[in-house]
Amino acid sequence: MPDEKKLQTVQHKKNRLGIAGWVYGGRYGAERYAYTLHRITGLGILFYFILHIFATGSRIWGEAAWTRTMALFDSPVFKAGEFLVFIAFAYHALNGLRLLFTELGCWMGKPQRPVIPYKNAVRRQRPALVVLMIIALVIIILGGFDFYLLGE
Amino acid sequence: MNEDNQAGKTVPVIFQVLRYNPETDTTPRMQEFEVPVSKGMTVLDGLHWIKENLDGSLSWRSSCRMGVCGSCGMFINGYPRLACSNQILHLSEKRIVIKPLPNYEIIRDLVPDLEKFFRKHKSVKPYLIRRDIAEQNMPTGEYFQSPDELTRYIQFAYCIKCGLCLSACPTMATDEKFTGPQALAQAWRYNSDSRDEGCSERQKFVYDEQGVSKCHFAGTCSDVCPKGVDPSFAIQLLKKDIFLKTMRIKKDHAGATVLKTAREYIPQENIPNPPKPTV
Repeated sequence: MPDEKKLQTVQHKKNRLGIAGWVYGGRYGAERYAYTLHRITGLGILFYFILHIFATGSRIWGEAAWTRTMALFDSPVFKAGEFLVFIAFAYHALNGLRLLFTELGCWMGKPQRPVIPYKNAVRRQRPALVVLMIIALVIIILGGFDFYLLGE
Repeated sequence: MNEDNQAGKTVPVIFQVLRYNPETDTTPRMQEFEVPVSKGMTVLDGLHWIKENLDGSLSWRSSCRMGVCGSCGMFINGYPRLACSNQILHLSEKRIVIKPLPNYEIIRDLVPDLEKFFRKHKSVKPYLIRRDIAEQNMPTGEYFQSPDELTRYIQFAYCIKCGLCLSACPTMATDEKFTGPQALAQAWRYNSDSRDEGCSERQKFVYDEQGVSKCHFAGTCSDVCPKGVDPSFAIQLLKKDIFLKTMRIKKDHAGATVLKTAREYIPQENIPNPPKPTV
């Protein structure tokens, strides 16, 4: 007979993946990577938003403070950062559109009897993911032209 | 697959298995075994071979060996799979890495603790709920359901509760309280059943802050499901459902009517009469 007291004190080992599981794409489908990228770009846009509030808020300290802040951001590093924010915005907006439509049941077909090989709704909506990502890429390329060639 | 193996011979494959004994170990460790693998051997067969020939203390959970019971879910070569439904040589001819399903606590070796999983499943009331309780307890007839109505939910009824979907879900990786794809898919399975009248009773478990709103459609639960249940699809349909009901475009459906006697059926030509009731 096992020792009841000993069994009660034995702890199960925690095996929750945490942030690693959140980021890990592994052998899963493209939507899992889209999920991770959506979160990263969301956090990036949030960070930019806080920075933006801080930068524009500097105007309340007078014109000199505003000019100093603008001079600080007038560097190639911040310009590249701003372009990264634009990339994040283009991806986040287009992928967000996909999520909005799939949550309303679009592009996913109807429930059907599972027949091997199984084809799930994730696969059925994948063409929409591809099309929207191509549109995002076009927007990013056009934005790149505007940032680095036409913007000066 | 090499020629030796096709001729019925065996190839040595390294099984790297996570070991954890809660009574003696503080942290899990990996242990290697060399297994002679022949064509057709499943990962579960390999584990049985190790237990019979190399280490009798190796623990895991399994039962039917045919992908029906859902007991042998494991994290095999970086992907949640059923050990009985995956042949070793289809995965690798060199190395198989086996860990217990992530996002569950480890009881011992490859045995995950599924208690919380089943508690979540139970929380969504996964059974038919009717307003006419007397009729449900003492049925006077069958509930009418057409083949089309059956097709709306039958896919989600194939769940074997193996728990692979929760181990693949990235939201579950950081949020233990999330109801999870399995339970939410079962909520939709019953909500979409024409015989059911329990949508409002499941609502507080499905639509609260731990429910559908935490799913961001990574789609991994559907990818790993061994029975084609497609839980992420069910969750998106739940989201659509709550949207339509909030906008007052859709109402809860009325439960199917009871067919008191077989005479209510309109018999079709060339279809023989059903056998007489035995009870």
